[in-house]
Amino acid sequence: MLEIKNLHVNIDGKEILKGIDLEIKAGETHAIMGKNGSGKTTLARVIAGQKEGCEISGQVNFLGRNLFEMEPEERARAGIFLAFQNPIEVPGVALSSFLTSSLNEIRKARKELPLDWFDFSRQVEEKTKSLGLKEEFLSRGVNEGFSGGERKKNEIFQMMVLQPRLALLDEIDSGLDIDSLKRVAKIINNSRKEDNAFLMITHYQRILNYIKPDFVHVMVEGRIVKSGNSKLAKEVEKTGYGNFS
Amino acid sequence: MYSLQNAALQKHINLFSANVSNKLLEKIVKREYEWGFHTPVEAEKAPAGLDENTIKFIWRKKEEPEFMLALRLKAYHYWLTMKEPGWANIKYDPIDYQKIIYYSAPKKRPGSLQEIDPEIRKTYEKLGIPLKEQEILAGVVAVDAIFDSVSVATTYRKKLKDLGIIFCSISDAIKNHPELVRKYLGSVVPYTDNFFATLNSAVFSDGSFVYVPKGVRCPIELSSYFRMNTPQAGQFERTLIIAEEGSYVSYLEGCSAPQRFEHQLHAAVVELIAHKDAEIRYATVQNWYPGDKKGRGGVYNFVTKRGLCLGENSRISWTQLETGSAITWKYPGCVLKGDNSVGEFYSLAITSNYQQADTGTKMIHLGKNTKSRIVSKSVSAMRSNNSFRGLVKVEREADNSKSFSRCDALLIGNKCSANTFPHFEVYNNTAKVGHEASTSRIGKDIIFYLRQRGLSEEQAIALIVNGFTREILSMLPFEFALEAKKLLSVSLEGSVG
Repeated sequence: MLEIKNLHVNIDGKEILKGIDLEIKAGETHAIMGKNGSGKTTLARVIAGQKEGCEISGQVNFLGRNLFEMEPEERARAGIFLAFQNPIEVPGVALSSFLTSSLNEIRKARKELPLDWFDFSRQVEEKTKSLGLKEEFLSRGVNEGFSGGERKKNEIFQMMVLQPRLALLDEIDSGLDIDSLKRVAKIINNSRKEDNAFLMITHYQRILNYIKPDFVHVMVEGRIVKSGNSKLAKEVEKTGYGNFS
Repeated sequence: MYSLQNAALQKHINLFSANVSNKLLEKIVKREYEWGFHTPVEAEKAPAGLDENTIKFIWRKKEEPEFMLALRLKAYHYWLTMKEPGWANIKYDPIDYQKIIYYSAPKKRPGSLQEIDPEIRKTYEKLGIPLKEQEILAGVVAVDAIFDSVSVATTYRKKLKDLGIIFCSISDAIKNHPELVRKYLGSVVPYTDNFFATLNSAVFSDGSFVYVPKGVRCPIELSSYFRMNTPQAGQFERTLIIAEEGSYVSYLEGCSAPQRFEHQLHAAVVELIAHKDAEIRYATVQNWYPGDKKGRGGVYNFVTKRGLCLGENSRISWTQLETGSAITWKYPGCVLKGDNSVGEFYSLAITSNYQQADTGTKMIHLGKNTKSRIVSKSVSAMRSNNSFRGLVKVEREADNSKSFSRCDALLIGNKCSANTFPHFEVYNNTAKVGHEASTSRIGKDIIFYLRQRGLSEEQAIALIVNGFTREILSMLPFEFALEAKKLLSVSLEGSVG
C-alpha cells in the first residue's frame, strides 16, 4: 500500500529524515517509536502532503501512485488520513459543516454519491456515542475551545467518518485519560480491516498495550535503526532509546 | 460621570507572508466584475461642474416646488464654506467637483412599466432585477429602480397604496406629498451635517421615498436598485423612510455600476424616522464597481445614513453587505431618542485588490433604557484595507442604556490590513457598554489541516469565509440572502460554488 524508499527531508537546511525505507501492506498496523525530535512527525506530515519549507528527495508510492505528484487534498481523497499531533482550531467553522464537505469530497473521489445532512447525521450519531462525545460537539467550531483530549478524540472521530485506507496517527494517545485511551484503542482495533492500514507514531509504549502492532520500528535521529514485532516495543520500554543508535 | 472617552483602541495587523500561496490569492481575486456593462441610452445631462445654475437646472428639470430650490441653494452655499474631511483611514486623489456631471437622466421618461426603454429593461434583467410586475409578484418584492439620477419606474405601487403605504421616487414624493417631505427631509441628516451630505442636499436628483401609516405592517420587502451609467456622473440619491406609530417596514437597497477607468462619485443620504412602536429594517447589498486589479477606476462610495428612533419602543436595524466600491466611507447610525428604543447594526465588509473600506456605525443614546447592538465583520484580501469605526455615545438622560459591540476581522494574504477604532462616550453611570474585538487569519496550518481532509485550498478558504459571515448573511431578508451569498462567492471565492 505504502512504499517509502530512501526518503530524505531537509527543513531549513537541517536534515530531519536521513533515508527512510518502509513498506506498509494492506491489513497491517505499524508503530514508529522514537524520542521527541527524532523525525516521526515530519515523516507523517510529509506523507500527508506537507511541502512548505521542506526539501524532499526519495520516493513514496501509495497504492501505486507517486505521492510527490499529488497535492495534499488529492492524497486525502486517495485515502490518506493524518490524525494531527496538535490539531489546529478552525475559527467559526462548525465541525459538522467541515466534515460533510470533507466527506463529500472524498466520496466524490471514490465515485460515491454525496451524503445529505440527514444521512450524515444518522451516520455520525453512533460514532459520537462510541467516543463519549455529546451531539452538540458537531455544532461547535472545529477544535474551537476544545481540550487536548477532545481534540484527539475529534481526530479519531473524523477518521471514523472518513474511513481512510491509510491512517497516520501521530501521538494519538497524548492528552487522553486512561478511559478515553481505552475507548480510542477499541475503536482503532475495530477499524482494522484487510484493506486498510495504520501507522502509529508514539514515544510511549503505553498505547501499544491496547493496540498490538504487527510491526514496530525504532527511529533515532531521522533513521529507522531497528524493526521488529510488538516485542520490540517492550524492549524499548525496558531499556529506553539509549541502546539504539 | 463615567467616561470612556477616547478609549480608542487600534489594532493594525499586517499578516503572515506566503501563508496562502500567491497563486490562490490571484485566483480568488481574479474575479471579473460581472456587472460592468454599459447601457447605450440617450441621456439628458447637466453640463459638468457645479454652481448656482447647476442647482437651478436640476430643480427646474425636476419640476420641484419653490421650497426645494431654497433648500438646495442653502445647502450649496453652506457647502462652499466646508472642507472635504480627511480623517478617514482612506487614500484617494483629490476629487475635482467641477468635472462631475450632477444630473443625468435617460431622455425618454416612461409613463408606465411597459414603456420603459428596452435597453434599460435589458440592463435590469442582466442585473437580475425583477422589473416585470409578474416577477415581482412571484418574488414578493417591490422595486424602485434608479437608473443614474431618475427613478425609472416604481412597481407594485398600487398594491401598496391600498394599505396607505407610499413607495415612490423622492421626486414624486416632492411633487405629490410636499408636506411630508418638508416635514422630514433633513430632519435626521441636516444640510449642515457633513461635506458629502451637504453636497447631496444641494444636488440630489433622485432616490426612494417610503411612508408607512400608523399601525400598518408592510407585507413585502421594499427594494431599490441603483445603477450608475453615464461616465463621470455622480449619483446623489436621497432616501427618506418614515414609519408611523406601530408600523413596520423592511427595505433593501442594492447597487452596481459599469466598469470604468475614471472614478465615479456616489454620495447618498438616507434618513429613517421610526415613530412610537415602529420598526424599520434597512439592508444594503453594495456592489459598486471596485476598480481593477491595479486600483484604476471604481466608485467612491461616501454615504451618510442615519435613523432616528423618535418614539418610544421604536426600533431601527441596519444590515449591510459591502463588497464593492474602490472606497467605502459610511457609518449608518441610530439616534435613540425614544425611551426603550433599539438600534442595531450588522455589517459585513469584504475588500480585495486595492479596495479601501472605512465603515462602521454611530449609536447615540438619548432616551432611557435604550439599547444598541453592533456586529461588524470584515474580510480583507490582497492589498485592501478594511477599517471599522464605531461611536457609542450615551447622553446624561439615557438611564439604564445598554450597548454591545463586536468586531471580527478575517485576513487573507500578507498585504491587507484590518483596523478597529471603537470610540465610547458615556455620560451616564447607569449605562452598560461592552466591546469585543477579534482577528483571525487564514494561516498555512489551517489550510494544511483542511487540505489533509480532502478540501482544496479554495474550498478551505470558502468554508472559513462562509462560517465567518453566516451570522450577518442570516440577517438579510430571506429573498436576498441567496443573492448575497452569490455576490460573496464572486467577490472572494473564485470558482467555488
